[in-house]
Amino acid sequence: MVTSVTSFSRTGLSDWLIQRVTSLVLLAYFIVIAYQLLGSVDYTSWRLLFNQTWMKVFTLMAALSLAAHSWIGLWSVFTDYLTERMLGPKGNAIRLLCQLSASLALVGYVIWVIVIIWS
Amino acid sequence: MLQVSLYRYNPEADEAPYMQDFSVDTGGRDLMVLDVLELIKADHDGSVTYRRSCREGVCGSDGLNMNGKNGLACITPLSESVKGEKLVIRPLPGLPVIRDLVVDMSLFYAQYEKVQPYLQNPTPAPAIERLQSPEERAQLDGLYECILCACCSTSCPSFWWNPDRFVGPAGLLQAYRFLADSRDTATEDRLARLDDPFSVFRCHGIQNCVNVCPKGLNPTKAIGHIRTMLLNRAT
Repeated sequence: MVTSVTSFSRTGLSDWLIQRVTSLVLLAYFIVIAYQLLGSVDYTSWRLLFNQTWMKVFTLMAALSLAAHSWIGLWSVFTDYLTERMLGPKGNAIRLLCQLSASLALVGYVIWVIVIIWS
Repeated sequence: MLQVSLYRYNPEADEAPYMQDFSVDTGGRDLMVLDVLELIKADHDGSVTYRRSCREGVCGSDGLNMNGKNGLACITPLSESVKGEKLVIRPLPGLPVIRDLVVDMSLFYAQYEKVQPYLQNPTPAPAIERLQSPEERAQLDGLYECILCACCSTSCPSFWWNPDRFVGPAGLLQAYRFLADSRDTATEDRLARLDDPFSVFRCHGIQNCVNVCPKGLNPTKAIGHIRTMLLNRAT
């Protein structure tokens, strides 16, 4: 068994399952948004839509799903290309730096979404 | 005349690998790529180095990259591989080159060893053999035929980037071969060793392995079965 302390859930199966479930949440969310955009959209209707509790909860679910989905995907990319094997002795430091930056950005985005929709 | 561009590298003499061109007279015949290599070695340059043995697609020694696609040189006809009178032959990608077309397969074998590719059953062996029903035996079809030529694993980008952590399609096909075997009792241990983010789940299902397997096997399907077994085990 290969250990990895930085993967989202530490096990391959959970990461794999989370990525698929979150992709379904995101698909559903973007279908709802696309359906709204296909109709006439103005500030009032948009505001009314996002004032409803179900839409706020749904948006938060989508934001959390996006963050988890992105982290698992980015983690795969980082551990493919940003390694000592690919970049030499500094590979692990560069990867950790990128992982830290990405995770901070994703947490920041989620908090930002919460502030926007719940304020 | 067939134009052949051959990957050459002798670490004792060359600073870097290079491509060497040969014009080979095939006599208009649809030779196998291995025959072309034999002609080059016999008539042009005796120092050209490659592995070969059975020359009929059974031993798996002459896995090469021919015009960008991995395969066995001995069973790949020129008509299948050559486009526009030009044949480019390189070693299997992603593994260290020992010399010319010969690669160091240690990483590949290390991953194969990791899946413990042998029957595990601690119960006393019966007097004659451990019996299987025809249906149980049929579960192994499409799995046991692998000849470990490494064409699949060395065409897989996930194996290129993480050959020390991702088992690779060849190893995983064999992992499932023993998971699917009704006589094997180590299923739980086998699955427990595979449930990390790299060993199985680095497979993103791009199916390069299926595309190149000279035996027509389907490692991606076997990996899907392993995923399902891991899922059933955990839920």
